[in-house]
Amino acid sequence: MRRDDDVFIMGEDIAEMGGSMAVTQGMLAEFGPERVRNTPISEMAIVGAGIGAAMQGMRPVVEIMYEDFTTLAMEQIVNQAAKHRYMSGGQLKVPLTIRTQGGAGWSPGAQHAQQVEAWFVHVPGLKVVFASTPSDVRGLLWSSIYDDNTVLFFEHRVLYGLKEEMPDEIEPIPLGKARIHREGEDVTVVATGRLVHEALKAAAAAEQEGVSVEVVDPRTLQPLDEETIVASVKKTSRCVVAHEAVTRMGFGAEVAAVVQHQAFDWLDAPVERVGSKFAPIPFAPVMEQFVVPHDSDVLDAIRRTVGRNGR
Amino acid sequence: MRVERDLRRVIGDGESLPDGEVEGLDDADLLELYRQLVLLRTYDERSLVYHRQGRIGTYAIFWNHEAMQVGAVYALSDDDWIFPSYRESAIGLLRGMPAATVLSWWRGHPAGWWNPADYNVASICVPIGTHVPHAAGLAWGKKLRGESACAVAFFGDGATSEGSFHEGANFAGVLKAPLVLFCNNNQWAISTPLELQTAAETLADKAVGYGIPAARVDGADVLAVYEATREAVARARAGEGPTFIEAVTYRAAPHATADDPSVYIDPARVEEERRRECVGRFEGYLRRRGLLPDELREQVTGEAAQLMREAIAAAEAEPDPDPELVFAHAYAAPPASFDHDLAELRRVLADG
Repeated sequence: MRRDDDVFIMGEDIAEMGGSMAVTQGMLAEFGPERVRNTPISEMAIVGAGIGAAMQGMRPVVEIMYEDFTTLAMEQIVNQAAKHRYMSGGQLKVPLTIRTQGGAGWSPGAQHAQQVEAWFVHVPGLKVVFASTPSDVRGLLWSSIYDDNTVLFFEHRVLYGLKEEMPDEIEPIPLGKARIHREGEDVTVVATGRLVHEALKAAAAAEQEGVSVEVVDPRTLQPLDEETIVASVKKTSRCVVAHEAVTRMGFGAEVAAVVQHQAFDWLDAPVERVGSKFAPIPFAPVMEQFVVPHDSDVLDAIRRTVGRNGR
Repeated sequence: MRVERDLRRVIGDGESLPDGEVEGLDDADLLELYRQLVLLRTYDERSLVYHRQGRIGTYAIFWNHEAMQVGAVYALSDDDWIFPSYRESAIGLLRGMPAATVLSWWRGHPAGWWNPADYNVASICVPIGTHVPHAAGLAWGKKLRGESACAVAFFGDGATSEGSFHEGANFAGVLKAPLVLFCNNNQWAISTPLELQTAAETLADKAVGYGIPAARVDGADVLAVYEATREAVARARAGEGPTFIEAVTYRAAPHATADDPSVYIDPARVEEERRRECVGRFEGYLRRRGLLPDELREQVTGEAAQLMREAIAAAEAEPDPDPELVFAHAYAAPPASFDHDLAELRRVLADG
């Protein structure tokens, strides 16, 4: 926003309060109430107005306070933002970024804790980013703002506490490029969001058991860096997919399909999936913890693929 | 907030109701308005024929809606953005868009794609009311950039039941976005009459809750529509925010070519409304002022008919589109997964 007047942000409580998660704190003071715009509680209008502003060449970044609330803007995201380029023969672009956050781990309850990124991966015309580290957020958000398609940009609530040294200059990270967090020889874990960090913990534990784990974060779910994932599986011959969203019909199923199709002859074990149980996220903290996956679930899945401790 | 409930009217009936005048419109303006009305009327009537002949697809008829479109657009400058619904599919003609482009759109041909920035006419919105927030956002963007242009969103009476209308209107009201909310109240949403759409006394009343002033005009009176829109645009440019215009008319034709209104509308009422349709009423006005001799009328209608003949010929002369376009435009840079589907398409095409 310092460099480009066409970039502005809109959303609920993003100005004085700096957003419900304090992500935009300090921006009002620097950029003023026109470019850091508090809006009515109108998700449909927030996204819709973002589309309108993007139509004339601006690059708005709108915030949906919780990803659960994207349901209220579904028409604008799925039928409008995703379709305008296609339906104008590429002549109308909608370079809109929709930032949102969610996830369990602090007991926000069934309507504030979901992980819905997979819904949008299913829509041609949208791009979907799920960033899991501060530097990834920075580099991917830059690329999202300057992408000529609408990008859904997911953040996980419990990762906001992560800290990382950052260079002054922004280093853009291209959309569609996975990150290998840890190299390994025996099992590939493809993880997103909070589960990247759970996978890294599981990998450290597996190492104690003599299993070498490679952890890959696709970072962009659409487009998906199949090349990096498949190359990793061809090296390790085993694959675990891990996300916090429910396992059934999830993003992990798509990754498993890609892997079995492109690396079938390399696989030594079925692709294992780790995710939430197929239930609403409970409000009761202990039950919430039961429903969502942890490092121990990833470790169990790793053990299954190497034929230990189970099936 | 001011809501005018009485219908504004300028054109009389040639009998007890006297004709009025709109300040600032001279005879040349009046004839230009007439030419535009005839252009849209001819486009609409010919499109119905082309549909019956199988030359265009399902078509949303806008017969007796021409005065709302012509009157409103005449009050705009070329920098102002128009957000049409399907009922205003040919409104681009008023901005110099070739009729062949709009016909191609209804033929599902890529020649029907236009760049909205070339005409400041957004893509036609087919879902109901979903473009109201877009217009609000574009108008807000104009304000942010310090430009004086405004936006006009056209939608029907049924759209005022949609959440997107309410969110967009409220949003624009709060932001004081330079926006005109133009509601063509033709009293029918396909088969649903206005009294099943809302319990409000008028649609203009809905603007009150959003702090937006509203006016009601006779939607078959091109001069009243023009005057009301001109006031709304002046408010927008002066930084006073959005205005709601309820233009009241009657859908004296089917909703679209796939609709049979005889099962839900009283044909006698339709006949009555057709007698006071908007183009004929303006012709009467011009005649009473001595501005429309028969030769001129024939010339204007003849030119419009010729334009449509050439337009349908041009649309039909377009080469068959490249099937690969299916994968061309969803993304600025198509993802790798498209390659597979494109290869399959090429194989299918090669197999004939």
